Amino acid sequence: MHEMTVRAEPVEGVGKLTARLKHAGSASGALMMLIVLCAVFAFSTENFLDGANLVNVAVQSTILLLLALPMTLIIMTEGLDLSMGAVLTLANVVLATVAVNTGGVSLALLAALGVGLAFGLVNGTLVSRLGIPPFVATLGTLGAAQGLALVVTDGQSVVGIPASVQMFYSGAFLGVPAPIWIAGIAYALFHVVLYHTRFGANVFALGGNREALTLAGVRTRLYLVAVYVIGGLMAGLAALLLTARISSGHPTAALGMEFDAIAAVAVGGTSFEKGKGWLLGTLIGVLAVGVLRNGLNLMGVTSAVQVSAIGLLVILALMIDAFRGKQS
Amino acid sequence: MKTPTLSSSAAASAQQNASGLQGLWQALPDPVRSVAFRLLALGLLCLALSFASDAFLTTTNLVNVLRQAALLFLLASGVTLVILTAGLDLSVGANVAMSACLAATLMKATGSITLAVFAGLGCGLLIGIANGLLITLLRLPPFIATYGMLWILHGVTYWFMKGETIHGFPPAFRAIGSGHWLGIPIPVYLMVAFLFIGVVFAQRTRWGQEIYAVGANPEAARLSGVPVKSRLVLVYAVSGAMAGLASLIFLARLNSAEGDIGEALTLPAIAAVLIGGTSLFGGVGSVFGTLVGALILTLVLNGMNLLAISSNWQPVVTGVIVVLAVFLDNLTRKGDRK
Repeated sequence: MHEMTVRAEPVEGVGKLTARLKHAGSASGALMMLIVLCAVFAFSTENFLDGANLVNVAVQSTILLLLALPMTLIIMTEGLDLSMGAVLTLANVVLATVAVNTGGVSLALLAALGVGLAFGLVNGTLVSRLGIPPFVATLGTLGAAQGLALVVTDGQSVVGIPASVQMFYSGAFLGVPAPIWIAGIAYALFHVVLYHTRFGANVFALGGNREALTLAGVRTRLYLVAVYVIGGLMAGLAALLLTARISSGHPTAALGMEFDAIAAVAVGGTSFEKGKGWLLGTLIGVLAVGVLRNGLNLMGVTSAVQVSAIGLLVILALMIDAFRGKQS
Repeated sequence: MKTPTLSSSAAASAQQNASGLQGLWQALPDPVRSVAFRLLALGLLCLALSFASDAFLTTTNLVNVLRQAALLFLLASGVTLVILTAGLDLSVGANVAMSACLAATLMKATGSITLAVFAGLGCGLLIGIANGLLITLLRLPPFIATYGMLWILHGVTYWFMKGETIHGFPPAFRAIGSGHWLGIPIPVYLMVAFLFIGVVFAQRTRWGQEIYAVGANPEAARLSGVPVKSRLVLVYAVSGAMAGLASLIFLARLNSAEGDIGEALTLPAIAAVLIGGTSLFGGVGSVFGTLVGALILTLVLNGMNLLAISSNWQPVVTGVIVVLAVFLDNLTRKGDRK
């Protein structure tokens, strides 16, 4: 029984090849969107294609990538984490508060990871143990994290972030900006874990083939909790980059950022219902969202309005997906 | 058959003892019992609050509670129909924001209250229909479609308002939100009217019953001739239109509109529905339950206010209540199955 389910995983043997081929479809969709967006902004703005601006797009996309990677795993399990932006915000104010009081990074980062771990555990438990639908469970914890961020700061900004924290966004190593190193390492880790470990194979099966996984004796609930915990921890790590970037803790800093992450995952071709996920697609999706926001910024469009454009991008991606589904 | 004599006779005598009140209680249909439980909780909450704070049992405070619950109920009543079909509408708050801003802009520009009212209701209705079409035609999961809609509306509203605030509306319009008749706020009359309409529609009309059927088992509903897709569009359209109505009341009460007006209402509206006993899995629940849910949530938040607890805690408490309500619903469902 066990052998059979493992063979059915899209990551091993023949399954791997067919999965890659199937993804080529979504790949071309996501990549095409990215290229079209780049072309549009190259023509409609003057500075988009400047080297400095392109580096800027990459650096600004790092925080989003840290959220979109675990969001891909969560969505693959037919889940959703609406609380990610609020948890990132709470981790941001906690990290900022601890950093200002201790003057160092390590304790502050630990505190932020602790916040993420706690919310990940709660989300995972609500979803896997108590059977609460993920979008409602995480809508509830969204409210909780959002409120707690206000309670911790009493609605005020936390300023005076030490330089040792700021370095994580503005610093560079071997000529490459620090946030790119962090995001790149995170991406590589996710790739290895998802495609080359038993854990990853089981995460694939959690979405498309949960019953078989349970029959094979895998503790599916534990895996579900783990997936949400990874989401929380990554939000905690993203808080380090966010705090360094905005040099402060702000009680509404990243509210709504989960939408960018979900959008990137959807544009990247990960399905909400079939347990199909694709990490490289998510990376392309993150860049597409990053390019869209950057290009609109250059055109003087405000951040709130950029969100509408991202929403339209998602609907476009889903329509292409639905159209493909009908064809095949 | 003979071995369990002791226990079976004990059970029989217990049943005899219980034949009075408890028998009556057991005979009640499930939905009535579920609402009765919630009414009991509401009563206990009132009792606790009247002991905890002297300011609770004053006319001003109670009228205030009713006024707030009315707005919440009107918004949540539409969401109730959506959740009865096992769907979800995460866009109601953003819908309120956009409808209110559109109505406010038109009222300022033309001075016409009628135009503003129709614009607010129409805007809400159109957004609801758009949700319904995304869900039925594109087959998107409801929470994804309405969540995407939330952010699209958010952006369009900000673009349209350009960060400005519109304030100062004609007294005749403001009466919708802050007016009184016989000492009772106008929204409360609207609440009673829509409670009546909602209960009759859901329980006594064919369409209402079909909505329950779609939620309980869409496949069975389809096979027995229910036009599932058009009923789904209907519930999202109603939810949108009720958000449009709520936006007018909210606008009239605040007497000013900003881009984020009403956005924070989504979580409380969904909370009111879930506290009221409507199941996220569809087919179970009632509009009357949602009224009780709206009153319970409003009382909890009002109590926190009276006890001088910072309003920062409100989303935390609302979030916890949402999760708790779904958890309790799951528990009782498991109990039913056994």
